[in-house]
Amino acid sequence: MSTAGFVSARSLGLAGCEACGLVVRLPAAGGVDHCPRCGERLHSRRPASIERSWALAITALVLYVPANLLPVMTTNTPLGAVSDTIMQGVVELWSPTSWPLAIVVFVASVTIPLGKLIALAYLLLTVQRGSVRSNGQRVRLYRLLKFIGRWSMLDVFVDTFVVALIQLRPLMWVEPGAGVIFFAGVVVVTMLAVNSFDPRLIWDLPQQERHGDG
Amino acid sequence: MAEREAAPQAAELPLAEVTARKRSRLSAVWIIPIIAALLGGWIAVQKLLAEGPTIEISFASADGLEAGKTTVKYNGVDVGRIESLRVAPDRQRILASVQMTPAARDWLVDGTAFWVVSARIAAGGVSGLGTLLSGSYIGMQIGTGSERVRSFTALAVPPVVAANAPGRYFRLTAANLGSLGFGTPIYFRRLQVGQVASYQLNDDGRGLTIRVFINAPYDRYVKNETRFWQASGLDVSLNANGLEVRTESLTSILIGGLAFDTPADNADAEPAAADTAFELFGDQVAAMKAPERGSIHYVLHFDESVRGLAVGAPMTFLGMPIGEVVSVRLVADRRKKDVSVRARVLVAAYPQRFIDVLADPQVLTGGSKALTPAVRHALMDGLVARGLRAQLQPGSLLTGQLYVALTYVPQAPKAKIDWHSDPPVFPSVKGSFTDIEARLTNILAKIEGMPFEAIGRDLQQSLATLAKTLQDVDALVKRWDGELTPELTSTIAETRRTLVAAERTFAGAGKAVAPDSQLMSELQATVVEVKRAAQSIRVLADYLERHPEALLRGKSEETQE
Repeated sequence: MSTAGFVSARSLGLAGCEACGLVVRLPAAGGVDHCPRCGERLHSRRPASIERSWALAITALVLYVPANLLPVMTTNTPLGAVSDTIMQGVVELWSPTSWPLAIVVFVASVTIPLGKLIALAYLLLTVQRGSVRSNGQRVRLYRLLKFIGRWSMLDVFVDTFVVALIQLRPLMWVEPGAGVIFFAGVVVVTMLAVNSFDPRLIWDLPQQERHGDG
Repeated sequence: MAEREAAPQAAELPLAEVTARKRSRLSAVWIIPIIAALLGGWIAVQKLLAEGPTIEISFASADGLEAGKTTVKYNGVDVGRIESLRVAPDRQRILASVQMTPAARDWLVDGTAFWVVSARIAAGGVSGLGTLLSGSYIGMQIGTGSERVRSFTALAVPPVVAANAPGRYFRLTAANLGSLGFGTPIYFRRLQVGQVASYQLNDDGRGLTIRVFINAPYDRYVKNETRFWQASGLDVSLNANGLEVRTESLTSILIGGLAFDTPADNADAEPAAADTAFELFGDQVAAMKAPERGSIHYVLHFDESVRGLAVGAPMTFLGMPIGEVVSVRLVADRRKKDVSVRARVLVAAYPQRFIDVLADPQVLTGGSKALTPAVRHALMDGLVARGLRAQLQPGSLLTGQLYVALTYVPQAPKAKIDWHSDPPVFPSVKGSFTDIEARLTNILAKIEGMPFEAIGRDLQQSLATLAKTLQDVDALVKRWDGELTPELTSTIAETRRTLVAAERTFAGAGKAVAPDSQLMSELQATVVEVKRAAQSIRVLADYLERHPEALLRGKSEETQE
């Protein structure tokens, strides 16, 4: 998709107030702009969007490590306690009868969080490098990220359900592991990172004056 | 937006108000990843700190062990987990790499033991049933060493005694194991006070060393003088004392056991130190009679048969066992000039017991409890002077067992203990039993000396003579039958006629003399007598006619009137 022939508010020096919708002109001088009507802070692009996205994405990546190394669930039976991490759960589910479940868990718990982070990193990198290629695809990727984010909580939900339901003491009971908190953290922080990303940056040209494909 | 306003000119739009930028360029958002990193790092450090040492345990077999699953438990608490299993380079054993908890760091010392716990069903009890469901685990016992060790060899069998159990170990030396095993109970007055912890064949293969553990309150009853014996099962013995059946308890009949006790005369001895070695006796009798120390050997000489005198036969003093026979053999008697052989019986006496039996040792030994050789010699000499002698006596007439009895023999010839020979020779006399035997032999010898052959010969001759005599008699009787009897009959007839004539004569004479005159009456009486005699002769003749053998045999009973 080409950007030729399209004008952005930013390129016109305008900005809409996100609180009251007033369209204002942004002065060229530096400083923090405020809406003259409601006093809301004005910015044509989310401030420090890329920086925040990066910070949150890195946080998610950091949290992803303990989320996968720590057990998410401890199953206690009279015969002993078994603690499973996410990957161990997947391996355990991988059997001739329940392999679809293993795939669902694997996709929801491993592929999607990791894929989201990779996709976000890709978007951030391309924006930082000022790439103007395949903007349309990148926007679709962004929409996909926003849509899919909540589904990563599947694993957390399953975990909480199982912990809440299987409490047949002293025969069998399930306790949550520390990993599930980190995993929830990964999902939440990734969603925040995606939200911090300003998709309008995709369409911004490296130079404001530049028109047409590079 | 249904009512879209016409786009106003840019200049008409309100201008944003500008305030000075307060914040620094670096966004505070970077605190979040830093916090996350710190959190992750802290957890990682925690994880690393929580990770204890990795040790290597060598097993004979990995049967029941599973990498990643099998845990190491100390008194039921998980203290480690098997990480991996592999075959040792020499292919003899299985090496398990075990990740221990940090708390176990100080426990991995010299002497710490590991073993596989699985269900075990023995006569002594059932253990580890839980492992039937949960699978085996590795038991652990913390050693007392101070040197840290990283590789261990698992025990083949679980230790019977918990490492920190209060009590003491003792060592027993035995000739054979009997019916013992790990955990075999040990009884003290039929109360279970300990168990067999381990046993090991001696390096020379000539016996066993058994380690036993006596639980804490009872270990003080193990004294230096204590005797241990096998209380395994039923002990039936037939000896000089007769038939004996012994058993410790029903359990010990089934699974065997050990028992110990201290002889009453040593009850106030000091408790034994840990790891003291004791001898394990076969049975209670052997244990209680055998001495720990101080047996003194004496030699006894017997000129009589020692058949039935077995090694181990008791030596008694007034019925109390005070020693036993050590060996029996024949030696040449050097006292006599001609060659003679007698039995040499070596006996072991336990003077300590002897003294205690006799009297208060302190009185006998002049205040000192220690029995010095000089005191002992004086004591023994005194006893011998009073007539104490060794004598063989039958323990059981049924089995013919003999034992050595020390008894006072009042009429014994004077004798002394020969202290110069080694071992000293104790005077002995012939036993009463052997006396009886000698007398019996004498009687038999006399019987043997009787001339039975000559008597028999004479008897035979007599009988032959008798037969000949009978033949003669037979001939005589026949002759009588043929010749004598008719003559006799005619004689009788003649006699009768004579008598009739005589009667007539007398009647004539009677006429001559008065019937009541003395001559007449005498004559009458004479005539009656003659008549009676004639009658008797007739009866005899009749009888002889019927029973000619009566001449030899006399009148038979039935024919007697």
